Amino acid sequence: MKTDDLVSLLANGVEPVDRQALSKRFGVAVLIGLLGATALVLATFGARPDLLQVAVTPIFWAKLALPLLLMLGALSTVTRLARPGMRAGVRGGALITIAVAAVWAGALYVLAVAEPDTRVAIVLGKTWRVCAINITALSIPGFIAVFWALRGLAPTRLRLTGACGGLLASAMATLAYCLHCPEMGVPFWGAWYLLGMLLPTLIGAWLGPRWLRW
Amino acid sequence: MDRITHNESLRRRETELQALFLAGLDGNQASYRNFLSQLSIHLRGFLRTRLQRQPGEIEDLLQEVLLAVHNARQSYRADQPLTAWVFAIARYKLTDFFRSRSRHDGRNDSLDDADELFAEPHLEPAQASRDLEKLLVQLPDRQRLPIVHVKLEGLSVMETAKMTGLSESAVKIGVHRGLKALAALIRGTR
Repeated sequence: MKTDDLVSLLANGVEPVDRQALSKRFGVAVLIGLLGATALVLATFGARPDLLQVAVTPIFWAKLALPLLLMLGALSTVTRLARPGMRAGVRGGALITIAVAAVWAGALYVLAVAEPDTRVAIVLGKTWRVCAINITALSIPGFIAVFWALRGLAPTRLRLTGACGGLLASAMATLAYCLHCPEMGVPFWGAWYLLGMLLPTLIGAWLGPRWLRW
Repeated sequence: MDRITHNESLRRRETELQALFLAGLDGNQASYRNFLSQLSIHLRGFLRTRLQRQPGEIEDLLQEVLLAVHNARQSYRADQPLTAWVFAIARYKLTDFFRSRSRHDGRNDSLDDADELFAEPHLEPAQASRDLEKLLVQLPDRQRLPIVHVKLEGLSVMETAKMTGLSESAVKIGVHRGLKALAALIRGTR
């Protein structure tokens, strides 16, 4: 086929393009990620019995702020990376950095003022064995939905895009996991929540160049 | 050429091509054809300087980039420079091409300057060695027939739907997915 014929082929009967396609795809992906993880939490782990009591405490909202900031940071970055020729932008990276720095600063403070022989117990909490694995498992619906959204767009930096997609999915999973997780120690979040979100991020970085090629 | 005049002509080109492309996004066939024709002249010149050692690949890669531009067009944001968007797509495809060829010869091309994209237009098409029509035959009927009738023969979606027994939305989806599948087939032939 000659190039002129290809030009005609592409132009013939060309349909109007939905300018909101990117927002719609990511809207669907975020909805699936949040609802999917919430449904899984309620169905498999159950909500924590004291949810209504803790929901009025500031520390519970501080706990939600960590995955929420990471989710917004990852969403802002990944939607930019989905467009060729757009830089990743500073806003998303700043949100992610602030969230991680804040939780680590809080964790260091809590550990500094704690009795030395209780520090390990504070970091491990009661559920350190399952936390990261649970978050990774809860990420699966969001992970599939976010990669579906990305496959309809045109990311050119596949590894970075995959990593951000994994972080987005796992931040949504962590948000839902807060409905169940009884841990209220900042050092626990700084260790195990972040590890739980790091795993899907690494999986995303690994799958990006494989699943997102176009 | 005077540097300022040169920059101005690049900016004017950007504005003209963007207007055509945006009209194309709204479904204006004539503008879109005009955009793709002009773009292919620029891309051919751009690829010629990048593929001096593989002149036989220029037209194939040009067709691959045009198809990629078409398939990626819903990722364009109206407030971003069209040059940067097209350049990122061309660079992505070129990098992919070099990666698949890296076993044959190592080369270090710098791919950093988006301005070069419109700097050296080249009109004269060479012969493509890969025949897209042969790849088209490999697509399943639900994608191949909509492409053949709507895109090659220029029939309307409604006529194609009647002729193939598919619904109108199935015809549109068939064209959309078929062109994406065609891009995947091209990747497979490298």
